[in-house]
Amino acid sequence: MAKATKSREGTVMVLGGGIAGVQAALDLTDLGYYVYLVEKSPAIGGVMAQLDKTFPTNDCSL
Amino acid sequence: MVEAGRSPNIEILTNADLLSLKGKAGNFKADIVQRPRYIIADDCTACGLCTTYCPRHQVDDYNEGLNITRPIHIDYPQAVPATYYIDPRSCLHLTHETCQICVPVCQSKAIDFSQKPEERTLEVGAVIMSPGFGRIPEDTLAKYSFGKHPDVVTSIEFERLLNPSGPFTGEVRCLSDNRHPHKIAFIQCVGSRDIGCDNGYCSSVCCMYAIKEAMVAKEHDPDAEITIYYMDIRTQGKEFDAAQKRAEDKGIKFVRAKVADVMPWGNHLRLTYSTLDGTHSFKPFDMVVLSVGLESPPDADKLADMAGFKLNKYNFCDTDTFAPLATSKEGIYVAGAFNGPMDIPESVTQSSGAAGIASGLIKKQRGRGIIHKSYPDEKELGDEVRIGVFVCHCGINIGSVVDVPDVSNYAGDMDGVVYYTESLYSCSQDAQEVLKEKIKEHDLNRVVIAACSPRTHEPLFQETLKDAGLNRSLFEMVNIRDQCSWVHANEPGAATDKSKDLVRMAVAKARHIQPLPEQTVPVNKTGLVIGGGIGGMTAALNLADQGFNCSLVEKQDSLGGNFKTLSHTKKLIDLVKKNKLVTVYTDAQLQQTNGFVGNFTSIITSGKGAKVKEYTLDHGVIIIATGAREHRPETVLGNTIKYSKKVVTQSELAEQLEGKGKNRAPDSIVMVQCAGSRGDDLNYCSKTCCTTAVQNALRVKEINPDSQVIMLYRDIRTYGYAEDLYQDARQKGVLFIPYELNNKPVIAEKGSKLSVSYFDPILQDDVSMSPQMVALSVGMVPEETDTLSKLLKVPVTADSFFLEAHVKLRPVELPVDGVYVCGLAHSPKPINEIIVQAQAASAKSAMPLVKGYVTVDPIVSNVDKDICIGCKLCTSLCPYQAIQMVKDENNRPKAETIVASCKACGICASHCPTFAISMGGFTNEQLNSQIQAFGQAVMEKETEAA
Repeated sequence: MAKATKSREGTVMVLGGGIAGVQAALDLTDLGYYVYLVEKSPAIGGVMAQLDKTFPTNDCSL
Repeated sequence: MVEAGRSPNIEILTNADLLSLKGKAGNFKADIVQRPRYIIADDCTACGLCTTYCPRHQVDDYNEGLNITRPIHIDYPQAVPATYYIDPRSCLHLTHETCQICVPVCQSKAIDFSQKPEERTLEVGAVIMSPGFGRIPEDTLAKYSFGKHPDVVTSIEFERLLNPSGPFTGEVRCLSDNRHPHKIAFIQCVGSRDIGCDNGYCSSVCCMYAIKEAMVAKEHDPDAEITIYYMDIRTQGKEFDAAQKRAEDKGIKFVRAKVADVMPWGNHLRLTYSTLDGTHSFKPFDMVVLSVGLESPPDADKLADMAGFKLNKYNFCDTDTFAPLATSKEGIYVAGAFNGPMDIPESVTQSSGAAGIASGLIKKQRGRGIIHKSYPDEKELGDEVRIGVFVCHCGINIGSVVDVPDVSNYAGDMDGVVYYTESLYSCSQDAQEVLKEKIKEHDLNRVVIAACSPRTHEPLFQETLKDAGLNRSLFEMVNIRDQCSWVHANEPGAATDKSKDLVRMAVAKARHIQPLPEQTVPVNKTGLVIGGGIGGMTAALNLADQGFNCSLVEKQDSLGGNFKTLSHTKKLIDLVKKNKLVTVYTDAQLQQTNGFVGNFTSIITSGKGAKVKEYTLDHGVIIIATGAREHRPETVLGNTIKYSKKVVTQSELAEQLEGKGKNRAPDSIVMVQCAGSRGDDLNYCSKTCCTTAVQNALRVKEINPDSQVIMLYRDIRTYGYAEDLYQDARQKGVLFIPYELNNKPVIAEKGSKLSVSYFDPILQDDVSMSPQMVALSVGMVPEETDTLSKLLKVPVTADSFFLEAHVKLRPVELPVDGVYVCGLAHSPKPINEIIVQAQAASAKSAMPLVKGYVTVDPIVSNVDKDICIGCKLCTSLCPYQAIQMVKDENNRPKAETIVASCKACGICASHCPTFAISMGGFTNEQLNSQIQAFGQAVMEKETEAA
């Protein structure tokens, strides 16, 4: 039961949906803004989604 | 990523290009066009049937072209959005108007070839540019036989080879003949530090990723012989040197050499290289990995043109040292590799910082655009347990192995189950509507879903429960995909039996689950910043920019920290003093802090001698910016050091060079790098000394061009654009001579004369000289982190720097909620990185302040005070300081959970000697009944056998 109270104010555009863009988008919503995350490829994640484990935690990069 | 996909306040526009960007800060208009996917995103269930039927092959870009896929596909199963797409470049229908096999195959009728590009205009207050980086052009790689021999691969291709979802499902194989490579070489600085391809800069990340890839390759095949050919090992990041040491210990060889070329050689590759002493050698390898650098993004020019900001000479975004996240156009910020090559933690830090500044810019608009979701009131449960069981086919993912109807019928016979059914995709949009209807129709008050992983789908189903007026805790999920159909794919009977076992256990638990209240704790909307250097002041000003009060505590009698003399620092001090939202305490010390995120109370003292005053501050968050100071080792590389006018540190030299003295630039000077760092005295690399030394060397040469400047180093770490300075210094005649730890330079003072002797690897001989001065690059040590670590109960590393919550993904947060770190207290770094981190820390700390409350996950520990004997075992074990001791009405000590701090790890519950602690959602009763339900089947089988 989503109630859209979305206005044109209080929005930010993030251009590029790699790790930097995704993080910026998430942080902006936590700071009280609506975000358009614009990505040129069919999915977000960028290069990080291609990586195997990441140093030093060996976490899966997804 | 999944989080971004789920947020109601992020609209993900994929396949989208920016057409134009107009307007000004606070009021931009962006025209974008979304290219069609030819698949209706809301209807696609990502079942994968279409890919199976698609007859056309296509190179798999996600796997760097090492694999093939079909025009209709998804890059990887966890992609967000989890929707397939059709690549118009190769689809038979879109190129030749034939085929369309996929259309009837798709059971959810999601394929739509009539989709057209859609244009949209977005009205936004601010823009963050994060387009990432581009690829090094292939002609730069050609001299290493890339493109000529399949076993020469780029580092990203090698990532895919290592990856379980890669072309050989995680096996590293030569692309030429599928053999496992035994000898692997990494070549560093491919496309970086290379004027030949106009990339003079250092890409900063390649040394570290090469080490990581080499280590992972070694895990795959411990016998693999791996050699890394490098010019300088640039592992200047936090704890990176330690990783390099581990790699060496594992047998990975590091060879300082320039690689001339790589040529095919029979079934192998021949790598020719020259070492410092001038000898040329060659070695055979099975595979050669090119550590390719980061190039500026291909559309950088277009983007800069459209948006009206400047690029630097390397086509990355142009930014200022003191405003590292601002483009030249107000209201447009930059984060990540487009702001110059950088690694993941730095990108993540920049993103948070950029989000914070953008938030400050348009703070008046805050909250106006966001969507608040509302839910119906939770309905009364009543005494009767009414369980609904939903078993999912997941297309053919579960259904082709597990007998789903059988499992569903089995559940129907169980106590408390009033409704059971099966569904093709229980996660699909329409299935959520069905779930809501059934909850209403059958008055369900517990829901069990047997499907895939709760890790990815539990929040979705819990959301549906909330929409249906049920508490989200009244839910149990069974993973019959991963645990049954996937791992027992060849034993359908056993997989079905196991599914029944798991469902029975879940229903047994579900009978006992109770609603758990969603708890929220209000937040005091002010901050406390400890440390008044550049980092602390930047963080405080940023918090104020975002509209929050904060206290800034500085232990010295004035603000400024290490960089008091910089004009930027003076500007900051002025701004802080003028800012009404920032209260400054000088000569101040933090004495005590109690509380938890949103509700801290600290006692600080401020003032000198008899004028010391005590202040009690209530605040919601804490930012640590206590910084570091210059290290002054008494012994450097085994030489006893007497600091004097002739033997100075680099900062003293810088000060002297800034002065007006006639002979301030000596006629001869020897600079000694890593004087005290990297294992000499301190274990870590101090990151900034190489760049500072090179800057000083250039300044000496500028003032006194005939001066002889010699720099003795281990690895020159002028990463990023600082590489330009290094180039410049070499051209201006500064001599750079590497030394080894087994043959350290000797520094001595005989009478009034200094003498320095060292081994010159180019001359292959010992050299002795008497310079006028010796400048030591001494590194830095953190300030009093140990005291603060105890006061705030936050951990530090072995080197006494604060340890962040997650090195990659939460680089400025500490493990205690509501406490953040920035600047040199986190690790050594240059000024621009300090500023970015301070901006990130203030953005992160503003989040609970903006929200006004902290939500507590209902799965927290809960102490039954009647049973608690006050033994304090739990308080001593809790890793999050989330249990405190309180007195009950009879003045007896009892444990109490601080719900806002509890992370639900369960350590307290599992150690409580009187079973007084239970975890919400995992009570002893629930777990016992689950275990008994498991045993039930064993008993039944035994009875049958008997």
